[in-house]
Order: sequence, then structure tokens, then C-alpha cells
Amino acid sequence: MSELETQVPSTFDPFADANAEDSGAGTKEYVHVRVQQRNGRKSLTTVQGLKKEYSYNKILKDLKKEFCCNGTVVQDPELGQVIQLQGDQRKNVSSFLVQAGIVKKENIKLHGF
Amino acid sequence: MADENQNDVKEEVPEIATFDRTKKKKKKKVVISESTNNSVDKLAEKTENLAVSDGPETAFSGLKKKKKKTVESSILKEENGETREDLDERTGENEEGEGIVLGASYPWEGSDRDYHYEELLGRVFNILREKNPELAGDRRRTVMRPPQVLREGTKKTVFVNFMDLCKTMHRQPDHVMAFLLAELGTSGSLDGQQRLVVKGRFAPKNFEGILRRYVNEYVICIGCKSPDTILSKENRLFFLRCEKCGSGRSVAPIKAGFVARVGRRNAGS
Repeated sequence: MSELETQVPSTFDPFADANAEDSGAGTKEYVHVRVQQRNGRKSLTTVQGLKKEYSYNKILKDLKKEFCCNGTVVQDPELGQVIQLQGDQRKNVSSFLVQAGIVKKENIKLHGF
Repeated sequence: MADENQNDVKEEVPEIATFDRTKKKKKKKVVISESTNNSVDKLAEKTENLAVSDGPETAFSGLKKKKKKTVESSILKEENGETREDLDERTGENEEGEGIVLGASYPWEGSDRDYHYEELLGRVFNILREKNPELAGDRRRTVMRPPQVLREGTKKTVFVNFMDLCKTMHRQPDHVMAFLLAELGTSGSLDGQQRLVVKGRFAPKNFEGILRRYVNEYVICIGCKSPDTILSKENRLFFLRCEKCGSGRSVAPIKAGFVARVGRRNAGS
């Protein structure tokens, strides 16, 4: 209680979030996990927006090993590197990324149906 | 008028008990107010009687009027009105059920102990729900019809009541379509009968999930959860303005994101 009282008036900074997130364009850095249909019942999962510092190839290697699927890192002219995985791995990917501590849960956006 | 009616009800309950749940409830309420002998209570009951006119039909018509007044500014589609009515009826029934249960057993009845906060809170919410359900806040949901989906050939899906749903949400079909296609990660278009044709196989459930996300992001007001909102574009940014509470917020533009190349390799380049 006392802590609260001391904190509220003095140190409330309305821009704290913005500064902490270091969000240049005002958007949060979401990791988008999408699914895409291929022919038949096949599908692709794409993971876009991981931080540049991470080694995509190492993440991919673990993802492939974990889900027993193949995948690649695709170089996109606008979006940078994107991980592609075979099959609908959205749930797997999101839980993996959260568990490994690469992304926070609230920063993952699952797309697709 | 109300008093007369209550007397009638007391005498004739067995005959009309089948459909008159509101009247029953009212009777019980009155008994309580007599027993508790509280002036405030009586006042409340009086106002209640004034507000809720007798019989379910009239009560609902009153509600409808209110609704229409409030939503006058926006274009009220007929279908939308219908859904609202359905909804009102449904919630109304629920409330009646609750009212009966609670009206029969106020915990402080018969004893002169102090009221508990929770009890009074429950009571005030019940009264609020009876008199004007739009203020109670919870359980008020807009009903959207489930998407109807047909398969066109083996590789295309037709979303039949797409326009219909756009109308119920008060959104431009273009915007909804852009969102749907971006989320599905495919291409599609509107056909001659204003149905949405999407490439790929999708179940109705898929569309439903995406529409739900769309509603959460681009329709529902965050402050008051009402779907009466207007999406407007002001210098390249989309803003959502609530018609109920007047709050506004910006919404994210629709971005398709990364779309992997699917299909024959030599088709693209």
C-alpha cells in the first residue's frame, strides 16, 4: 500500500511503455504466425517478425527437430527473413517460442483460420 | 393502472400462469416491498411499475422504442433490428427467471440485520436489468448469423452471406474482404451476386473464427463493448469511433504480411 502511494504520483511516466518497447513506428513488434493452404490437405506455416538478433537458422533447426517437419528460412525483400515450415504448426510454433523465451505470449499473433 | 393489474393477477394467477412470468414476478416483488416496509423499496417498486408496462409484449415494444431512439443516428438495418429484438426477448426471459428466484428469497427478509454489500449489489443489478437492460452491461451480445459456405468446384469456396454479415457489422465489404483474405492468406473476389469467392478450401468454422477476430479488432468498442461503432479513415489511418460512449481509437491497418509462393515453381517467374 505504501509503495503504491509513493509510486503513483512521482514516477508515472505516460511514455514509459513506448520507450521501453522501443517501438519506432508505434506498432508493437508482433511475431506473426500464419498458415497458408497448399494443394490438397497440405499447408505451410510462416513465422514472420522474429527479432533480427536471433539466428534464424538455429531456431529453424530446433523447430524442425521438435515438430519433425521440414522448413526453410526465406529471404523476403520487404519483410526480411521468414521461417517457413511444412504443415500447420501454428500452435506448436507459438508454444515453442514462448517456452524458449524468444517471444512473449502477448506478442505472438496467430493468423489464419 | 398497474395496481389494478396486480390485484387482477393475484386473483387470476392459475389461469394465466402459463405465459405471464413477468406478472408473477411483479406480484412477488410487491409482497416483498410490503413486508420489508421500506419507503425506498416502495419508491423503487413504483418507478419499476411505471417503467415496465404490463405484459411482456408491451414491455418489449417499449424497449424497442428506446433502442431505436438511441440508435437513430446510425442507419438501422431491418435485419439488425430483428436480431436486437430476438436478443431482447431472450435476455428478458433470463432476467425474469432470475428475478423470480431472487425475489422469492431476499436474504435479509424477515430479519432486521444489516444488508451485505453483495446482496444490495445483486439487488440493484437485478432492478437495473429489469428496467433498462442496456445499462446493465453484461450478457448483451449482438447475434451474427453463422457464415454460409459453399464449395465451388474443389478449389474455391463461396461465402454466401458475406454481404449480409457486413451489413450487420456496419462495415464496408471491401474492408472485411481485405481482412478475410489477408488472414486466410489467399486471393478472392466478389462475384455477380455479391458473394465472396475465396481460393482454397475452408470450412464455415474457419470463417467464423476470422470474423470473430475481425469484430474484436475492428467493430467492438473497447470501452463499452458495444458494436455500434463507425470506422472512418482520416489521412491514411483508420479510426474507430463508438456511437454509444463516444470514445475513439485507432485500429491497425490490414496487412497481408508474408505470403509464401505456393504452386508450380515456373508459374511465377
